[in-house]
Amino acid sequence: MTADLLQILRADGSIDGADAPVIDSGELQRLYRVMVLQRAFDKRALNLQRQGRIGFYVSAMGQEAAQVGSAYATREEDWIFPAYRELGAALVRGVPLQWIVAQLYGNENDRGAGRQMPNHYGFRSHNVVTASSPVGTQIPLAVGAAWAAKIRGDPVVTMVYFGDGATSTGEFHVGMNFAGVFRTPTVFFCQNNQWAISVPRERQTACETLAMKADAYGFEGVRVDGNDLLAVYKAAQSAVDKAREGGGPTLIEAVTYRMGGHSTADDPRRYREDREVSEWGERDPLVRLRRYLEGRELWSEGDEAQAQDEAARSIEGMIQEEEEAGPPAIETIVSDVFAQVPWHLREQLEEVRRRQEKRRAPGVGLIEKPEGSFP
Amino acid sequence: MPTATLLQALNQTLHAEMERDDRVVVLGEDVGKVGGVFRVTEGLQDKFGEERVIDTPLAENGIIGAAIGMALYGLRPIPEIQFVDFIYPAFDQIVSELAKFRYRSGGQYPAPVVVRSPYGGGIKGGHYHSQSPEALFVHTAGLQVVIPSTPADAKGLLTSAIRGEDPVIFLEPKRLYRTLKGEVPAGEHVVPIGRARVVAEGDDVTLIAYGAMMQECLDAAERAGKEGVGVELLDLRTLMPFDWETILASVTKTGRVVIVHEAPRTCGFGAEIAAMIAERAILHLEAPIRRVAGLDTPFPYTLEKLYMPDVPRVLEAVRETAAF
Repeated sequence: MTADLLQILRADGSIDGADAPVIDSGELQRLYRVMVLQRAFDKRALNLQRQGRIGFYVSAMGQEAAQVGSAYATREEDWIFPAYRELGAALVRGVPLQWIVAQLYGNENDRGAGRQMPNHYGFRSHNVVTASSPVGTQIPLAVGAAWAAKIRGDPVVTMVYFGDGATSTGEFHVGMNFAGVFRTPTVFFCQNNQWAISVPRERQTACETLAMKADAYGFEGVRVDGNDLLAVYKAAQSAVDKAREGGGPTLIEAVTYRMGGHSTADDPRRYREDREVSEWGERDPLVRLRRYLEGRELWSEGDEAQAQDEAARSIEGMIQEEEEAGPPAIETIVSDVFAQVPWHLREQLEEVRRRQEKRRAPGVGLIEKPEGSFP
Repeated sequence: MPTATLLQALNQTLHAEMERDDRVVVLGEDVGKVGGVFRVTEGLQDKFGEERVIDTPLAENGIIGAAIGMALYGLRPIPEIQFVDFIYPAFDQIVSELAKFRYRSGGQYPAPVVVRSPYGGGIKGGHYHSQSPEALFVHTAGLQVVIPSTPADAKGLLTSAIRGEDPVIFLEPKRLYRTLKGEVPAGEHVVPIGRARVVAEGDDVTLIAYGAMMQECLDAAERAGKEGVGVELLDLRTLMPFDWETILASVTKTGRVVIVHEAPRTCGFGAEIAAMIAERAILHLEAPIRRVAGLDTPFPYTLEKLYMPDVPRVLEAVRETAAF
C-alpha cells in the first residue's frame, strides 16, 4: 500500500476518481488565499535578503499545498512542531504574517526576542513550537508532547514536520519507534521535497518510498501527492482523527518539490538540472488548486488579481513597519537562559552595557543589528 | 533525625514529589518494573502506575527527546540515564533543544526536565561506567548542573530541581549510593540550587570539591587538622550557577586553594574556579592554586586507583599549599 500515491486533483484541476474531502467553499478560498500569500511572501523575502535587508531566508515555494493542507487538518489545541520551512502551516493556524516579518528582522517585536536566525520561529499562542536548525531533533519532542497529552487525557494531537533528509537521522528512528511502542497521538508529516541541500532523495535511503518506513515501527504509512491540497488534507485529516481517537501515530510522506534553493545560501544550479525544476513547475500546487476553484466557479481572474494585490500591499506594510522597529532590549541577551537571571549573567549584562556606553562615543557606533551575511 | 543512604534519600524524594505533583513522571531504561539498575526508582511504578513510571525503549536520545516534549506540554519529566557514560546519544537533544528552548523561544517554551544520572568512578566500571562529564554541561548555557554529596542534600537538591522551572543535569555519585548513610530531615527539606555548603571551617587552606570527592576531602581535612593545618572545606553542590560568594569569602580568609574533582583536569570545573580566583582574588592568594583531578585519559579499568584523586593525593596538595 505504501508505494501507492493518494491523488485527488489532476493537473487541470479536475477531480481524479477518489473521493474529494468535504471542505466548505469559503474555507477552500481561504486556503488558496493563504497559499497565495505564502508564495508572494517567499518571493518578497528572497528579495529582501538579496538586498541585504534581512540576513537569511528559507523559502518553501512548491510546498504550499503540503503545508497548508496538513496544518488545516489540525485543531487549535493541536501542537505543530515545524522544522524551519513551514510558513504555510503557521499561516493556516492563524499566526499573523506580521509576527513572522518581525522574526526575520529579529527586532523588538519578535516573539522570539531576536534570538534566532530567520525562519526559526514559534508561537505558543498558536501551539506552533519554536523551531531549531538541527535536522530531525523536533521529532522525538513531538512524540513526547503527544505522549504528555495522552497521559493528561487531553484530546490533543501533535503534528511534526520534517523533510526527506531527516528520515536518515537517529531522531527520526527513535521518534517513530517511541510513538509506535506507546501509540502516541502523533502525525509524522514528511515533506519529501526530493533534495536535502544538494543530496537527492535516493542518497537518503534505499527504500522505494519513505512512507514504507512506518511498517518497521508497527503503524501506518501513507504516501500522498504533496502538491495536491485536497489529497494532503484528506490524508492528514484521517491521520489526525485516528490519532485523536486513540488509534496511534501515522507517517505521511507528501511527495513534493523544493522549487528554490535550500536557503538563500544555496545555489541549486550546481547540483540539479533546470529540466527537473521546470517539470515540477508544471505541477505547481497553486495552479492546480486555482484551476479546481475556477472549475467550481469559486475563483475568477478578478479574485486572483485582487488576492495578489492584497497580498503584495499587506506585505509591504508589514515590512515597512518591522524594518523601522528597533532591536530587542539589551537585557534580553541574558534573560530566558534560566527562569531567573543568575549572578554571572547579571554581571555579563553589565559588561555589555558598559561596552555599549563606550561605543556611544562619536565615531564608534552601537552594535545593534546583525552585521555581515550568512554564510 | 532519621537516617538514610544517599540512594534511599533519592528514592524517598522521588516518591514524595510524585505524590505531591501529578505532573511528575519518571522515564528511562529499566526504571519501572525493576526500579532502575541501582534501584533509585524502586517502588514508584507500583505506587504511581505504568503511565507515570515508564520503561522506555533503549535509546537515550528518545528518552531525553520525549522528556523535553513532555515538559513543553506541561509535565515535569524526570528521565534517568542509566549511567552518565551513556548520555552522549542524547547530547544533541540536551545541547540543541533542552538547554536552548526557553531562550530561543523568547521565554514562550520553558523545558523543566530533570535529567538524573549516576556518575563517577571507583566502582570498577571501566570506561563506560565511571565518567564525570559535568564540565560539558556547565559549558552548555541553559542547564543547571547539580551534584549532591550527602543523603540530606540529595533530598534537598532533588526537591529543588523537580520544583524548579529550569532544565537540570542532576548527577548522582553512584559510589556513595549505598556506602554513605546520613541524617535526612523528615518532611519538607529544600536545598536551594546555587548555594555551596561550608562543611568545615578553617583558616589555612580552602579545599573545594563536590560529589563523591567530598569523602576524600573530609578525610584529608581531618588529617590535615591533626597536623595543624586548618582546612575550610566547601561542597559546591551546584556547578551551574555556582556560588562564587562563598568561594570568594573563603579564599579571602585563607589565601590558599586546593580544588578537587575526579573529572579530567584539563578544562575541568576546577579550571573555571581557578580562573575566577585568578581574575578576582589574586591579591589575596598566598600560594599557587592547586588542582587534584583525574587524568586526561579515558577512564582506566585496572589502574583506576591511580586515576582517581584519593586521600593521600588531596592531603599532599593541602600540605604543600599550606607550606608554600
